[in-house]
Amino acid sequence: MKKAAYSFPEEVLEHVFSFIVSDKDRSSISLVCKSWYEIERWCRRKVFVGNCYAVSPPILIKRFPELRSVTLKGKPHFADFNLVPEGWGGFACPWIRAMAGAYPWLEEIRLKRMVVSDESLEIIAKSFRNFKVLVLSSCEGFTTEGLAAIAANCRNLRELDLRESEVEDLSGRWLSDFPDSYTSLESLNISCLGNEVNLLALERLVSRCPNLKTLRLNRAVPLDRLPNLLRGAPQLAELGTGAYTSEMRPDVFSNLAEAFAGCKQLKTLSGFWDVLPSYLPAVYPICSQLISLNLSYATVQSPDLIKLVSRCEKLQKLWVLDYIEDDGLEVLAASCKDLRELRVFPSDPFGLEPNVALTEQGLVSVSEGCPKLQSVLYFCRQMSNAALNTIARNRPNLTRFRLCIIEPRSPDYLTLQPLDDGFGAIVEHCKDLRRLSLSGLLTDRVFGYIGTYGKKLEMLSVAFAGDSDLGLHHVLSGCDNLRKLEIRDCPFGDKALLANAAKLETMRSLWMSSCSVSFGACKVLGQKMPRLNVEVMDESGPPDSRPESSPVEKLYVYRTVAGPRLDMPGFVWTMDDNSALRIS
Amino acid sequence: MATSASAYENDIKNLKATELTLGLPGTHLQQNVPIIDQEKSSASSSSNKRPLQLPHEETSPAQDCGSKCSNIAKNTDDDAAPPPSKAKIVGWPPIRSYRKNSLQEQSEAAGGIYVKVSMDGAPYLRKIDLKIYGGYPQLLKALENMFKLTIGEYSEKEGYKGSDYAPTYEDKDGDWMLVGDVPWDMFVTSCKRLRIMKGSEARGLGCAV
Repeated sequence: MKKAAYSFPEEVLEHVFSFIVSDKDRSSISLVCKSWYEIERWCRRKVFVGNCYAVSPPILIKRFPELRSVTLKGKPHFADFNLVPEGWGGFACPWIRAMAGAYPWLEEIRLKRMVVSDESLEIIAKSFRNFKVLVLSSCEGFTTEGLAAIAANCRNLRELDLRESEVEDLSGRWLSDFPDSYTSLESLNISCLGNEVNLLALERLVSRCPNLKTLRLNRAVPLDRLPNLLRGAPQLAELGTGAYTSEMRPDVFSNLAEAFAGCKQLKTLSGFWDVLPSYLPAVYPICSQLISLNLSYATVQSPDLIKLVSRCEKLQKLWVLDYIEDDGLEVLAASCKDLRELRVFPSDPFGLEPNVALTEQGLVSVSEGCPKLQSVLYFCRQMSNAALNTIARNRPNLTRFRLCIIEPRSPDYLTLQPLDDGFGAIVEHCKDLRRLSLSGLLTDRVFGYIGTYGKKLEMLSVAFAGDSDLGLHHVLSGCDNLRKLEIRDCPFGDKALLANAAKLETMRSLWMSSCSVSFGACKVLGQKMPRLNVEVMDESGPPDSRPESSPVEKLYVYRTVAGPRLDMPGFVWTMDDNSALRIS
Repeated sequence: MATSASAYENDIKNLKATELTLGLPGTHLQQNVPIIDQEKSSASSSSNKRPLQLPHEETSPAQDCGSKCSNIAKNTDDDAAPPPSKAKIVGWPPIRSYRKNSLQEQSEAAGGIYVKVSMDGAPYLRKIDLKIYGGYPQLLKALENMFKLTIGEYSEKEGYKGSDYAPTYEDKDGDWMLVGDVPWDMFVTSCKRLRIMKGSEARGLGCAV
């Protein structure tokens, strides 16, 4: 038996492993042999758990005893659009309690779509002496009291990022709980908070933290306080303004422009609520250094947007409202040759008629003019196969393509045909496409294309599309790298699901709502696949009070090594392998 | 919408309002609208319309113009009548609630006075906040930028000379007035919507009295 490769001392292997950072690679290392598994698990410092119910705290802690950084995700993505009822789950508390006991040296906690209580925040604040990073992305369940605990106790905190979370804002007082001796803040994102924070405390905090690189304010911070804040942090790289409006006074403007000009490192801008267009020129001095601009709250018209965007020659990322219109996107295409990511949000999503001159043409222009464009999110009201074809051929380097044609089942507006061919062109030409969201009128054919060409596809979102189970079957049988599939209001049912049951174990999760999956099929799936949790959600009552053939409201299937979860609310039933209905 | 006798008297006084014309049936705005929307616009044209005055008619403003109004209906009915009801689909379009709330908040923001602006021949409506303009010059400049046209100089006697376009607005009483006739502050509080008129109708304005 050859011993050569395996006779490195542990320390050497550990040292080698320390250069391997990606989760996938670390996972591969751990599969080589038992001793590598052992060495790897003791020196793993960072773990990403994409579904908090796929594993349990005890399992995590047992395998990785020395973690410094944990990332957890809770609710399914469609929770962002109110499709997951309140109380569904994703509770952070059991994790935080367990980690408080097991990882006294934990430094970083990142949570997404989880329910976090003030109690959990207090536990974090008191349990980890070297705590550095807290990111709560789209979380909920906590108040500013919990934040006060963090501020008061985490002496080594570097990053506090509450992005897009729902915080019960009881008072802005919490910011004053950072002690005067605290100077290590590098990143602060409070953009989601509703109330005013103590502005003096904020100014003092900002000016005494020399490493502050990211500051995202909330809407309540008035524009005339911004210059002071900027002067206190000239090293700032990322800024989110508050409300960008004030009485138009020349001194406020010049003060602001001067303060911006003083921020030579500023590369990212966001915020811009309530924009008064005449104040936009205050940022002109730094436009040429900007790489990321989020104007998705700025309700200003195309001419003002054009004046701004045309000055940002280094721009890589732009988020904007559809006020930019086709004309503005044409200017973007001509001015911003380094653009990698574009997101265009609708200014009037529920209006029945277009309120802006933004069509498929804008996206076509950008696809033509921006050779590095990889990531697109685009809301519009009309699309054609021809346009999608052009976009696909222009930009085979697209990795994320999310198109939302606002009216469900809209056909190609020129030919009145389904948009199968257009999306087919996208998956065919964009060979590295990892994420795709479909919309418009689509038949089973588009899923045939996706199954055939979408070999690198990892996440697919489908709504109001398809004709039959064949559509779902094409995707599940063809997309080799599929991890997340979320479907709503499609005529997909039992056959495709059961025929591809094994596929579901290779994916993180499957969501199907308002489709045609029967309760009986869910039970069968739960029975056949013990390593899947098959959860049925029905707010109208227990599914077994209806015939087995009736469709379930919502189905969420995910692989797990932790067995059925025990924290389900009354409207969630798990189809476990006892095949009996278990109500938690 | 019922109009009282006093409003009728008002109209006689405001002859400029009665000078306004409807767009001719052939020049209506539906041509550029995507096919998918036609269903909705025909549904909306059957709802209650604002009566509009034809220059050669001396009719009471209470008269329902019926089909004559349907061509304009697409742009003018929005505030006057409840929009055609459309069941909102849960979670569609897929936008985060904080975005929806923010758009709503900004349009209801303290002091924001949002009015729709339409232009003859353009298929798209715009919405502007009158509060952000200091006066008529800024507003007109913004409209010129928005629709890429020249509006020309305003004069009390001659209206908007030197241009094919004239900005008009519908006031609280439902009358169509020429922008610039009343002091700015009065305009801001009484303006319900704006319409940029084109061509002969525009040239005809301001020549009366």
